[in-house]
Amino acid sequence: MKDTILEIKDLSVIYKTDLETVEAVNGISLTIGKGKTYGLVGETGAGKTTTALSILRLLPAATGRVLGGSIQFDGEDVLSLSESDMCALRGRRIAMVFQDPMTSLNPVMTVGDQIAEALLVHDRKMGKEEVERRVEETLSMVGILPSRKIEYPHQFSGGMKQRVVIAMALACEPELLIADEPTTALDVTIQAQVLMMIKELRNRLGTSMLMITHDLGIVAKICDDVGVMYAGEIVESGSVEDIFSPGRHHPYTEGLFGSIPDLKSRARRLTPIAGLMPDPTALPQGCVFAPRCKKCQERCKTVRPKAVTEGTHRIACHLYGGQAAGSAQGISGGQDAFRRKEEQ
Amino acid sequence: MQQDTPLIETRQLKKLFKVGGGAMLHAVDGIDLKIYEGETIGVVGESGCGKSTLGRSILRLIEPTSGEVLYNGQNIVGLGSRQMRALRKELQIIFQDPYASIDPRKSVIEVIAEYMLIHKMHKSRTETYARAAELMDLVGLARRYANSYPHELDGGRRQRIGIARALSLNPRFIVCDEPVSALDVSIQAQILNLLMDLGEELHLTYMFVTHDLSVVKHISSRIMVMYLGRCVELADSDELFAHPLHPYTKALLAAIPEPDLAKRDVDFVTIRGEVSSPINVKPGCRFAGRCDFCTEACTQADIPLIEAEPNHLVACTLHRQAQEAGKERT
Amino acid sequence: MTEQRNATPAAEVFKKQSQAKEIWRRFKKNRGAVIGLILLSAILLIIIFADLIVPYEQATVQDMSQKLATPSPEHWFGMDSYGRDLFARVIHGGRTSLSIALLATLSSCVVGSALGAVAGYFGGWVDNLIMRSLDIFMSVPDILFTMAVVFALGANFTNLLIALTLAYFTNYVRLVRSQVLNLSEQDYVEAARAGGAGSARIIISHILPNAIGVIIVNTTLNVAKIILYESTLSFLGLGMPPPSPEWGLILSEAREFMRRAPHMMLFPAMAIVLSACSVNLIGDGLRDALDPHLKS
Repeated sequence: MKDTILEIKDLSVIYKTDLETVEAVNGISLTIGKGKTYGLVGETGAGKTTTALSILRLLPAATGRVLGGSIQFDGEDVLSLSESDMCALRGRRIAMVFQDPMTSLNPVMTVGDQIAEALLVHDRKMGKEEVERRVEETLSMVGILPSRKIEYPHQFSGGMKQRVVIAMALACEPELLIADEPTTALDVTIQAQVLMMIKELRNRLGTSMLMITHDLGIVAKICDDVGVMYAGEIVESGSVEDIFSPGRHHPYTEGLFGSIPDLKSRARRLTPIAGLMPDPTALPQGCVFAPRCKKCQERCKTVRPKAVTEGTHRIACHLYGGQAAGSAQGISGGQDAFRRKEEQ
Repeated sequence: MQQDTPLIETRQLKKLFKVGGGAMLHAVDGIDLKIYEGETIGVVGESGCGKSTLGRSILRLIEPTSGEVLYNGQNIVGLGSRQMRALRKELQIIFQDPYASIDPRKSVIEVIAEYMLIHKMHKSRTETYARAAELMDLVGLARRYANSYPHELDGGRRQRIGIARALSLNPRFIVCDEPVSALDVSIQAQILNLLMDLGEELHLTYMFVTHDLSVVKHISSRIMVMYLGRCVELADSDELFAHPLHPYTKALLAAIPEPDLAKRDVDFVTIRGEVSSPINVKPGCRFAGRCDFCTEACTQADIPLIEAEPNHLVACTLHRQAQEAGKERT
Repeated sequence: MTEQRNATPAAEVFKKQSQAKEIWRRFKKNRGAVIGLILLSAILLIIIFADLIVPYEQATVQDMSQKLATPSPEHWFGMDSYGRDLFARVIHGGRTSLSIALLATLSSCVVGSALGAVAGYFGGWVDNLIMRSLDIFMSVPDILFTMAVVFALGANFTNLLIALTLAYFTNYVRLVRSQVLNLSEQDYVEAARAGGAGSARIIISHILPNAIGVIIVNTTLNVAKIILYESTLSFLGLGMPPPSPEWGLILSEAREFMRRAPHMMLFPAMAIVLSACSVNLIGDGLRDALDPHLKS
């Protein structure tokens, strides 16, 4: 297990209010290897951000609750750590970058002071000159002139602000960086710049990353492993090759690909997924995707599919699951079974 | 399809905003655009390029500073409010944010019926609401939501309300201002398909404003690329994707992360820097500061749009030289 | 073609749910609001039919032998310092006090909101004209202004109403203007303009309904304030001319006898508190009922 930095097993998270219970994450498992980037893909409400917040134990205290499962960070059980140990972990060993750079920065503090603060929180003994030097280093690392450290956030553009946020996150050289839609708020050309920078820094610092995004293009560009999340479950996971190569896929993954306008084809119509995300307070009994699935069978409506694994590729779908849940039958066998059924 | 009179034509359309200290922000800076009946024109550019302002200026939701907007050959800039109100029936808009563009205090059916009530399209309220319910069918919104409030619906359904509202007056021309950018991918595709179907069924002419080139590729017949208030390139959709001429268009295309593993290790050809300020712009090509091919000629005078290839307009000195060289030879 | 895109037979007539009914349904769900409504209705009923309960003469006839008498079966609220029946004074006094308070609140709200909406929506010189006049207006202390109005026009019901409206409309102007400035930036206002809606329609149908929550809260708080402001005026001799009863007036008369005859203060104070409370409860309920976000 030396080569994994983060391992999540059967994590379930709910948001409970007086009125309703939202099942945000339902038994997901994922593993991030050291120095690897894991892409968590899915749409709004799939539970991606909830997963990230549970890793840092930052779920809203009033409503969010981890129901079960474990999160192991570098061999330590995150969920059983004391709050003070957790504080030591946050920022220093695990850092997070949020979607909106505007809200992550304090508007009345200079950018340099904010980075210095991030540095000092985790190492109070650092001398003044040392801090200054590190601030300048960090800024130039993300491609900002060190002389701009005396400027305030409003003097930076959106892309520059996101660079600052990333600089702050990387200031303590964390082992794991959680990036929650870091480029969604940016323009395409700026997004390209920031993505290239993230990729380059990751390679240089050897940081492991959890990349949360809705954009399969970004996944293809920088992730090593992928989990496709839908309604609180990882319906398909594997290496990028597994997910992006033609072959057997979860119908939701296929739907996601079909929804993206293809730059090369000249097809007039897109092939979207019909319907909408299920209500998280009343998830379907069987497969969560069943109500929108084109290949939905009777069984899908009542039985939750068990995942089948072939190498690194894991799919939770009855199409490939064979007859008995959890059978040893591989994905290909399931596919054959499906084909036969179609021919009949 | 190309008749003589375009449905919409802008002539040197400009919109400048006053900012502090007497400076002027050039949001739209002399746009000439012809939109023909039945076509869909995509207007693409990054934030701050003036694409939304252009759409709103054409509809006179923002008063243009100078220039003309011709609708069926008639200049609508300067029309009185009564004449303009009548034109609202023909010229409509679908907004980007399905959360902000619908009054949270009105029920779905009231939102859809509002325009018809303003224009007294139907004899009675009952008739108006019946028509509104029909529009709900048309855009694929179940009637059971008629009395719901917008916040009870998700983004995709709310955008359908916005579409139904825009269609309620039987318009001929609709500006779609980033209608899908606030939506999830799978919902985006649903809405794009719906817009395409409606366009064909109702013979609509669209101007599709977006920052996302991949979105317009499917829906548009022609695409205009904007940069800092200027049109830098205008061509047929296929042509633009196959042979982009302007360096900015090329950069824009290269920056799209494609879900294709073959391109995984191909680095983005990123353009340096960021969009410069649209305040008090200097003459010359607006893109010059970020362009790898920038020469002295680029910063001396404004670069006109030239027809580099048939039906392919570009504003770039590279192609002007190429064309001049071509002319000399012939 | 897409989800649920099926044609419905033309014969099917669509029925729109009535908004008023929906608002009433939501209002009824709020227990506090219903209690407030019952309370205010009761107070109003007692005041309207005051003559049937106790004749008006009772409120002015003095019986010095019973000066400051404590409550008794004959005189439920006891007697005041001039030997007048407090019960009669309180319920007859409510006529003046409550009607002035409610009407003044309403008129200041209408005048102030209208000016604020116009200033905020049109901006430019209209805004400048309204706001600068308001600044001048507000630089004169309320009480001086009110005094001037009442002195000039004389103390009677209508003039008191005018004076109170002038004293209280200013904060609505500022409040509504800031709301309108904020709301007219919203996309849905632009959407309404794209549909050909005129300014009046946009203000009345889109902006004010969205600002109503803040207006209502401000209004309900004002009712109690105005009742007390009235008493200040009465104290200065600018209120309704004596001996006509009025809550604020009774209260200020009671001050001298606070230790000897606390009942004299207790009952009019309770009347003010109960009315103010009920108006507040109704206001809260109304604000929630008008907001579809809180529909459950």
